[in-house]
Amino acid sequence: MQIETEKQIMSDETNNLLNELTNKDYAYGFVTDIKTDFIPKGLNEEIVRLISAKKDEPEWLLDFRLKAYRYWLTLRMPEWAHLDIPSINYQDIIYYASPKTKETSRHPDEVDPELLKTFDKLGIPLHEQKMLSGMAIDAVMDSVSVKTTYKENLAEKGIIFCSFSEAVHDHPDLVKKYLGSVVSYRDNFFAALNSAVFSDGSFVFIPKGVRCPMDLSTYFRINARNTGQFERTLIVAEEDAYVSYLEGCTAPMRDENQLHAAIVEIVVLDRAEVKYSTVQNWYPGDKNGKGGIYNFVTKRGICKGESSKISWTQVETGSAVTWKYPSCILAGDNSIGEFYSVAVTNHFQQADTGTKMIHIGKNTRSRIVSKGISAGKSQNSYRGLVRINKGAENARNHSQCDSLLLSNTCGAHTFPYMDVQNETAIVEHEATTSKISEDQLFYCNQRGIPTEEAVGLIVNGYAKEVLNKLPMEFAVEAQKLLSVSLEGSVG
Amino acid sequence: MQQYIDFFRTHRQQIDESCAPALNSFREKAFDVFRKTGFPPCPSEDYLHTDVAALLKDDFGFFLNPPGRTVDPHKAFRCNVVNLNAIKHFIVNGYLLETKDNAPLPQGVFSGSLHVFARQHPELFLKYYNRLAGQEEDGLAAFNTLFVQDGYVLYVPEHVILENTVQLTGISGGSSRSLINRRILVILEAGAQAKLLLCDHTSDEKSAPAVTQVVEVYAGENAHLDFYELEESAPEAVRLTGNYIRQAAASRMITNSITLSNGFTRNNYRIDLAGRQAETRLYGMAIADARQKIDTFTRINHLVPECRSSELFKYILDDEATGAFCGKIIVSPDAQRTEAYQNNRNLLGSRNCRMYSKPQLEIYADDVKCSHGMTTGQLDEAALFYMRSRGIPADEAALLLKFAFTSDVIQGIRLEGLRDRLKLLIEKRFRGELIKCQGCI
Repeated sequence: MQIETEKQIMSDETNNLLNELTNKDYAYGFVTDIKTDFIPKGLNEEIVRLISAKKDEPEWLLDFRLKAYRYWLTLRMPEWAHLDIPSINYQDIIYYASPKTKETSRHPDEVDPELLKTFDKLGIPLHEQKMLSGMAIDAVMDSVSVKTTYKENLAEKGIIFCSFSEAVHDHPDLVKKYLGSVVSYRDNFFAALNSAVFSDGSFVFIPKGVRCPMDLSTYFRINARNTGQFERTLIVAEEDAYVSYLEGCTAPMRDENQLHAAIVEIVVLDRAEVKYSTVQNWYPGDKNGKGGIYNFVTKRGICKGESSKISWTQVETGSAVTWKYPSCILAGDNSIGEFYSVAVTNHFQQADTGTKMIHIGKNTRSRIVSKGISAGKSQNSYRGLVRINKGAENARNHSQCDSLLLSNTCGAHTFPYMDVQNETAIVEHEATTSKISEDQLFYCNQRGIPTEEAVGLIVNGYAKEVLNKLPMEFAVEAQKLLSVSLEGSVG
Repeated sequence: MQQYIDFFRTHRQQIDESCAPALNSFREKAFDVFRKTGFPPCPSEDYLHTDVAALLKDDFGFFLNPPGRTVDPHKAFRCNVVNLNAIKHFIVNGYLLETKDNAPLPQGVFSGSLHVFARQHPELFLKYYNRLAGQEEDGLAAFNTLFVQDGYVLYVPEHVILENTVQLTGISGGSSRSLINRRILVILEAGAQAKLLLCDHTSDEKSAPAVTQVVEVYAGENAHLDFYELEESAPEAVRLTGNYIRQAAASRMITNSITLSNGFTRNNYRIDLAGRQAETRLYGMAIADARQKIDTFTRINHLVPECRSSELFKYILDDEATGAFCGKIIVSPDAQRTEAYQNNRNLLGSRNCRMYSKPQLEIYADDVKCSHGMTTGQLDEAALFYMRSRGIPADEAALLLKFAFTSDVIQGIRLEGLRDRLKLLIEKRFRGELIKCQGCI
C-alpha cells in the first residue's frame, strides 16, 4: 500500500513537472523596429513579375517563376497530412518584404546597425570582429539576405557561398543548371508556390575535391507582419567535395499565423558528402495555440554520383505546424542517405514530418532515426517512405521511429510507407511509443537524482542519438532548445 | 458503379422476394450510402493498391432467384481435416445449403442461414445486423448490404460453450463470371465460446467469381472466439472482404487469415476493443506467386483502457505477386494502459514481386506500450549455406527456411487438427503439389 502511495506521489510529481512545460516563453519573439519595403498583398502574375523585377532577374528566371505560378493555379492544397490547418488565404499574404537599409549608409556593403543588433540578439554576430570562428553565416531577414560572412576567405578555395540573388547574377550558369533539378516546380503545391515567389536564400557550391574548411550556416528570420518567407537553398557538392551546412530560424511572437514555404535542393556528385543540419525554432504560437509559423518546406537531396552521401539532421522545436519530409534520392551506386530527427511538439503544435529514401542505385544504404517527443495538447506524427526501386540491388534500409509521450492529452503517430520492388533488398522498420518509464524515474530517484533532473536526463538520453549527429556548436544550442521547449529545468 | 445502381433499381423486387423483410429493411439506407460514396476511391490512403471499381467493372452475373445452388459441394470439394469434429455447413454462391447430418446443437444455439435467422429471430437480427458494418459510410459494405440475400449466422447464448468447431465451406463459381455477396454474422453473448473455420474455395480452377463478404462479430463479456479463415481460390477470382469485430470487456479473440492461393484478395479488418481487458490477436499469412495479389488492411481501435492487441502478418511472395499490408492501431485518448503490438514480415523470392507495407500507429493516450515492426527481405544466405554444407539440397533448404518462416502464424492456431493439416498444405504449396481448389486433403 505504501509503495502504491509513493508511486502515486511520484507520478503526481512527474505530472506536475511535465505540466510546467507550458510555462516557458519563447525567447526570440521580439520584433525589430526597422523600415521595411513591402509589395502589395496578394498573388497574381503581376506580383510574380514585380518580385522578379525587384531582384533584377534575367528573363529565364522570370519564365521559371511564371511557369510555376501557372502550374500552382491548377493545384489545390493537399489534405492528406495528419494536421488540422485552418484554410490559408493566399491572397492575404505579402510575398516580398525587405528591410530598408538606412539612407545614411555610405558603403553599399554596410549593414544597418539595427539589423546587426537583431542578429546579435539572436546570438548570430555579423560584425567582422565578433564573427563566430569556424562558421560562415548567411543571414536572411524576411525576403532578403542581409549579409554573408567569410565569403572572401571561402572564395579563395573556389567555394561559392552567397545569397541566392547574388548567385543568380554572378553564377547564372550554375543556378540555371541546378535550379529545380531536384525539386521541380511541379513537385507539389508548396514547391510550385515557392518556385513562383521565392525571394532569397543561400547558394553553396563546393568545387571538385574541396573539403569546406568551416561549417556554412544560414540564419532565417521572419520580422515583418503579414508576410510569408519563401526562400530557396541550393547546395551543389562536386566530386569528392564535403560540406557541413547548418540552418537556424526564428520569428517574432504574433497572434496571426505566418507562412514559411521554402525549398532546399542538394546535388551531390561522386564520392561527395553533404551534411545538412537544421535547428528549427520558428515561433510555435502561444499556450492557447494562437499564432505561430506554418512551416511547409520541401527539402530534397540527390546522391547523383557513386558513393556519395547526404545526411539530414533536424531538431524541430518550433512552428505551429511543421510539415516537411527531408528526402534523399539515392541514384548513384553505393550512395548513402541518412536522416536523424528530433521533433518536439508542445501546447497546440502539430508536426507531420519524416523523410523519404528513394533507392535507385545498387548497394545503396539508408538509415532513419526519428525521435518524437509530444507534450501538452500537441500532435506529433512521423511519416516516411522507403522505396526500393527495381534496379536497386542489395539496397539496405533501417528505420527506427520512437515516440515519447509527456502528457495524456497529446498524440504520437507513426505512418511509415515501405515499397519494395527488388528481392535483394533488406528493409527494416521498428517503432515504439511509450511514456517516460516510472521505473527509470524511480531508479534515478533512488540514486539521489531529483525527478526534475531525471526527466531531463531521460529526455536527453532519448534524443542523444540524434543530437550526437549535430555539429558541436549546434548540438549545444539544440540541447538548450530542447530544454526550453520542454521545460525550464529539463536538460 | 452506375451499372449496379441501375441493376438494383430494376431488380429490387426480385432481390427482396426471396428474402426476409428484416434483411430487406437495410437496403434502402445502403442504397443511399452506395450512391453517395460509390466504391472506395483508388488511390486513396486506405485503398492505395486495390481499385475496387476496376475489379468489379465487368458485367458480372448475379444469382438472384432461384438461389445459385448449381454446385454440389460434396462433388466439388473434399475436406479431410482430422480430429476436427466439425459442425459442417456449405455456403454455395452466397447461399447456405441445408445440412441435416450435423449433431444436435446445445440449447439456444443457432447455426444456420442468415435468411432463416432473419425470419425466425427478427428482434435479434435487427439488434445486430449491419450495426458494425454500417457504422461508417463504407461503400463496399453498403454494396454488400444492398445485394446480399443469404449468408451464415452463429448465435451462442450466454455461458454456452460450443465445443465443436463450426466449419463453413464457401464455394463460389460456375460457368459464367458471377458476383457473389455473402454475409456472416457471429454473436457470442457473455461468457459464450465458439470456434469458426471458414474455408473459401472456387468451384474449379477456371472459375472467376467476384465475392464480397461482410463478417460482423460481436463478442460479449468474457466471450471467446477463434475465427480461422483459409482461402484457396482460382487465379482469376476476386475476393473483397470486410471484417467488423466488436469485443466487450474481457473477451478474447483470435483471428487468423491464411491465403494459400488466390487471384485478387483484399481483406479489411476493423476491430473495436470496446470493453476493458479485451484482448485480440490477429494473425495473417499469404503465400503468393504467379500474378496473385493480396492486400490487407487492418484497423484496431483501442477505445477503452487496459486492452491488449497483437498483430502478425507474414507474406511470402514469388514470381510477379504483389503484397500490400496496411495496419493501423488507434489508441483513443482514454485508453490508458493499452498494449498494442504489430508486426509485418515479408519474404521476397523473385525479381518481379512487390511488397507495399504501411504499419501505422495513432496514439492519443500516454500510458501505453505500443510498437510496430516491419521487415522485407530474403532468405538468409548463411542459413542456406549452412544447410547445404550439411548435405541438404538448395531447394529443400529454401523450403525448410520458408516453412520455418510461416511457423509462428501457424502456431497461433489453437486447433491441433487444423494446425497439422495446414502444415501439410503449406508444405505442398511450397512444393507446387497443391492441387488448387480440389479441397484440403
